[in-house]
Amino acid sequence: MATRSMAIHIDEGRIRRDLTVRKAGKIGMILEPLFAYFFLWAPIIVLVVFSFNDSRSVATWRGFTLRWYGNILSGAVGAEARFSTELMLSALGTSLVVALIATLIATVIGTAVSMSLVRGNYPGKSLVDGLLLLPVVIPEITQAVSLLLFFSAIFDFVGTTTGVRLSPGIGTVIIGHVVFNISYVAIVVRARLADMNPHLEEAASDLGANPWRTFWRVTFPLILPGIISGALLAFTLSLDDFVVTFFNSGPGTTTLPVYVYGLIKLSVSPEINALSTLMLLASTVLIGISMALQGRNAGRG
Amino acid sequence: MALSFDLSSSGGYSSRERRRGFSLAIPALIWLVLFFILPVAIVFVVSFLTRGQRGALILPLTLEHYERILGPVFRPVLFDSLWIAFLTTIICLVLGYPLAFFISTRKSKQMQNVALFLVILPFWTNFLVRTYAWQIILGTEGTINGLLTGLGLISEPLALINTDFAVLLGLVYGFLPFMVLPIFASVERFEFRLVEAAYDLGANDLRTFLRVVLPLTLPGVIAGCILVFIPAIGSFITPDLLGGTQGIMIGNLITGQFRGSGNWPLGSAASIVMMIVVILGLVVYSRIGRRTS
Repeated sequence: MATRSMAIHIDEGRIRRDLTVRKAGKIGMILEPLFAYFFLWAPIIVLVVFSFNDSRSVATWRGFTLRWYGNILSGAVGAEARFSTELMLSALGTSLVVALIATLIATVIGTAVSMSLVRGNYPGKSLVDGLLLLPVVIPEITQAVSLLLFFSAIFDFVGTTTGVRLSPGIGTVIIGHVVFNISYVAIVVRARLADMNPHLEEAASDLGANPWRTFWRVTFPLILPGIISGALLAFTLSLDDFVVTFFNSGPGTTTLPVYVYGLIKLSVSPEINALSTLMLLASTVLIGISMALQGRNAGRG
Repeated sequence: MALSFDLSSSGGYSSRERRRGFSLAIPALIWLVLFFILPVAIVFVVSFLTRGQRGALILPLTLEHYERILGPVFRPVLFDSLWIAFLTTIICLVLGYPLAFFISTRKSKQMQNVALFLVILPFWTNFLVRTYAWQIILGTEGTINGLLTGLGLISEPLALINTDFAVLLGLVYGFLPFMVLPIFASVERFEFRLVEAAYDLGANDLRTFLRVVLPLTLPGVIAGCILVFIPAIGSFITPDLLGGTQGIMIGNLITGQFRGSGNWPLGSAASIVMMIVVILGLVVYSRIGRRTS
């Protein structure tokens, strides 16, 4: 240590080399992120641009058209496109119903378990914590196929014992979505709860409020932005989910991603580009709302 | 740290109520045990059952499905998936680390938010849509081939789609934000004065990076690697849409066994093997995490 700080002889060549390396590094630190942004955005831009292309080709630009959007929305079905407005809208409806119900259930359960983990103190708390993390760290495909096996076993059992024939559908999809949504809601709400000043709750109970009243009058309003962020995240994840839905929806239930998957498997058609562009627009609006909410939180907190 | 912990554990609820806090965990416990733990347990049991006529699951218990998964037909798929997931993680790290630094070193808060937003927005776009975008770009009559043919650079379309390369590209694209966000979170907490301190103490750039910057951002790096590796190893959409018959991964293998007249016990065994790989990864992660903290 001491010997190093003594050595103040100046090696000009070394300094020059170091400066060159640093300059190159600085340029690289700008160029590399620019490349990353290009990489992230180029496919989306290509998709959006070719959704307005006056040709079925995705290779060359033939002029501007709104034809594909017209096809999607008007119900005029080209034989080539194999596209149906009616099916798309019903798939969208199913997606929204699934996402709404799954979000509602997961938000209530997820907020409750967050309260329990942050404020509670009981044996086995870390076990609950670990259990809550599992759906996030286990690959989704495992969750999807295990639910498929589970429901098929349950339905077989119910069928043979009671004669009632159950089949997978919207209910099984919602149950599956709630599983992963509970974890995500809990992650977001917990963070908010941990940031909250606990003295406020103490003050409320000192002033004679019972725990129920304390929660609704003090805790809930303070963590509401967190609950809303968690719910929005759950809603988006649910709306976007393909894998769990694909395995547990049964033949009669189609969500928008499952419908889009079918279209992609059938053919590459410009209607998918147009539909994708609309879905992109919808996610942009959702994330805008969520960021505005978080921005307001940050401003207040 | 100790102080804030004390504060957070003394809420406005008495100790009896805090113990009662357990009741608030009950709905989540029931849901997760019934619809997550129990199903996974069923998969575990099924992976040892024999496949009878018309796909019926019967006794005796057998290890044959595990032997097949680890045997000559399926082992290459398993190893390929591991390799592709590993490469995806490394490429995401190389791309994502400087990007996270770039975002957190923007001067104004607004610029930082914009830089972050530009990473998150593609990430919130439907995964299928994002993968499909690569399908049209890489396709035989796709954008890249169209562009290169138009410029007269190639006469025959390049074979870009239905290759391992396309799968790798799609996976990196799909999971890059998972790498950037946790690294960004740790870079944000990083005290840049430490770099100055390291320079003052005579460290050069490389040494400063390896001894100061990297160790302090390592938690984010590890979290990012885990968040990329797990969905990459289990992915099924990306190889399905971009890999064709060439780029099959273990996710496709599992999917195939559960669609139509597939072999459920075989698919279950493949799921269990994949889960064990992931859990091993997490154990390594928590070991490293403990050592760095």
